[in-house]
Amino acid sequence: MAATLLDKLWQAHRIAPAGGGRDVIHIDRILLHDLSGARALAEVAEKGYRVPNPALVFATPDHAVSTAPGRTADTFRAGAAGVAMLRDGARRHGIRLFDLGEDGQGIVHVMAPELGIALPGLSIICGDSHTCTQGGLGALAFGVGSSELAHALATQTLRLAKPRAMRVRFEGRFPTGTTAKDAVLAAIGRFGAGAGAGCAIEWAGEAVRALPVEARLTLCNLSIEMGARIGFIAPDETVFAWIAGRDFAPRGAAWDEAVAAWRNLRSDDEAVFDIDLAVEASGIAPQVTWGTSPEHVIAIDRPVPSPDEAPDATRREAWAAALAYQGLEPGRPLEGVPVDWVFIGSCTNARLSDLREAAAIVAGRKVAPHVTAWVVPGSERVKRAAEAEGLDRIFRAAGFSWREAGCSLCVAANGEAVPAGARCLSTSNRNFIGRQGRGARTHLASPATAAASAIAGRIVDIRKPF
Amino acid sequence: MQRFDRVTGPAAPLLQPNIDTDVIIRAERLVGTPKEAMGRFAFEVWRFRADGSEEPDFVLNRAPFRGAPILLAGPNFGCGSSREAAVWALAGLGIRAVIAPSFSDIFAGNALQNGLLPVVLPEQTVRGLAAQIEADPDHARVTVDLERQAVVGPDGAAHGFVIDPDRREALLLGLDDIGLTLRQAELIEAWQAEDRRRRPWVWLGAAET
Ligand code: SF4
Repeated sequence: MAATLLDKLWQAHRIAPAGGGRDVIHIDRILLHDLSGARALAEVAEKGYRVPNPALVFATPDHAVSTAPGRTADTFRAGAAGVAMLRDGARRHGIRLFDLGEDGQGIVHVMAPELGIALPGLSIICGDSHTCTQGGLGALAFGVGSSELAHALATQTLRLAKPRAMRVRFEGRFPTGTTAKDAVLAAIGRFGAGAGAGCAIEWAGEAVRALPVEARLTLCNLSIEMGARIGFIAPDETVFAWIAGRDFAPRGAAWDEAVAAWRNLRSDDEAVFDIDLAVEASGIAPQVTWGTSPEHVIAIDRPVPSPDEAPDATRREAWAAALAYQGLEPGRPLEGVPVDWVFIGSCTNARLSDLREAAAIVAGRKVAPHVTAWVVPGSERVKRAAEAEGLDRIFRAAGFSWREAGCSLCVAANGEAVPAGARCLSTSNRNFIGRQGRGARTHLASPATAAASAIAGRIVDIRKPF
Repeated sequence: MQRFDRVTGPAAPLLQPNIDTDVIIRAERLVGTPKEAMGRFAFEVWRFRADGSEEPDFVLNRAPFRGAPILLAGPNFGCGSSREAAVWALAGLGIRAVIAPSFSDIFAGNALQNGLLPVVLPEQTVRGLAAQIEADPDHARVTVDLERQAVVGPDGAAHGFVIDPDRREALLLGLDDIGLTLRQAELIEAWQAEDRRRRPWVWLGAAET
């Protein structure tokens, strides 16, 4: 029978039925960060379990650490305990830790693909909902709660119900100026923030196959913002070439064997999906969110919608509340709205290609005087590579703050926050109320839109001169 | 994990719908509070006034419900974030079972991982139990009997409830999911031995277990 990629990934990890409609699923990689990871390690120790396969577990601090230049774990004092717990647990169990200032440290979903810890076909978990990012390599990657994390540490398995298979196809080609971030925001706007609930999304279609690997990671990163715990793209030669030679990727004969197996990781032509959706790629313009849910998004050349246009009463209320929180009026476009802060960072858009894209726009220009603009590289390795190319000098010369790797303003749980009432154009993935700081107003967009808006001091349509 | 077979005691009625995890424990309490200390902050916004003193009218601050092992709640209990601290906070107050018409999936899953029993009964039944309790709060006792899969009300009537047989067994034995899975350790190890041959690149030189 024809199988979807989800069927194949599930089957490859299914050890036994677990009862109650669940399966015992093998977990190939476990990632730990300084909040949930530290907590789960402590729980394993408290309960007296051991970690049978520490070589399959990797740890790095990212969430509750400062990104101020020269930071240590103590720079943000409240987060220091989590980092200490992570270090201690990793040492005790023999788990590889990529610590602050070390090559390899970074936002888990940036550093794991970059080091070859994430590979096609692997099942990968982390106590973090954006683990779906790593599905960009063709992995079965998803976020879990802290008990599930402890379960996987102690047993190398999880007891899980198989999700339903959803496919979203981008047919045709993206226009110039449209990035993977714009594409996925457009899909969330079209289908809704809950559309993928209970599903694993396979992102597919000609436009997706044409994307470079880092853009695929960006696309999969927002699967959870469409309600799906899991999102992935069938791996292909583009992915294999990108992975070859990375630190934890197989080598020699093992590499050949792996690639031969990975070539089967695609949905069969006749496979049937529970939900199958399509979007015309050529119609997607650069996107910016206007409200407080990722589904509150519009093309840059469209007016902010009025609550009167909302499809139902619940949404009408939500839209009105979002407009009030964001301090926006319906009927006007976002283009030209003044911004106070610009954040280029997060596991969505802080890889080297994102920084190059932003630097190309910033080069030789100045950030508008009223704007506070930050670039926070996604990992230590991205930071070093960017510095080797001189990107840091371009950003600094323009007036950006060039920082250490971490989650920073994406989550504001690290002493870094956008002030109340300030408007921030951000390359991250959540525009929830208070996400970037109490009272902060967030607009999600691509790195190109963010960079141009920092220079102009207002939200820019990247397709026009500014 | 704490075993659960049968619990008898006062049942505190708190019937409003959609009690969310933020009300159960505020996000800022998650950083730096040990699991065992979360009970102090359970229902913080309802249990305490702004000046830190107790709110005497809140049901869990009143005799005989202070320290009650059972909570009666409205539909969609535990909605909101996935924070497991919501369960730890309730457990810290001494609550062993919550009886409600429905629960958020994540909350119910987290509860079962921690030996706190989410019992689903029809809304009418929950309201009926609450009415009996309110009629004679000082003497009304409720029993949640997992072995018999029944809730026995103050009037002695038993109300059956449904639970996945695996989950029930795990709770009766005090096995969390980890304990349950480790009973299949041989099966897992055999699968892994086979997988080492099938997908050697996955294993990164991990020691044979
Ligand atoms: S960058 Fe933001 S979304 Fe990504 S892992 Fe960190 S906090 Fe989560």
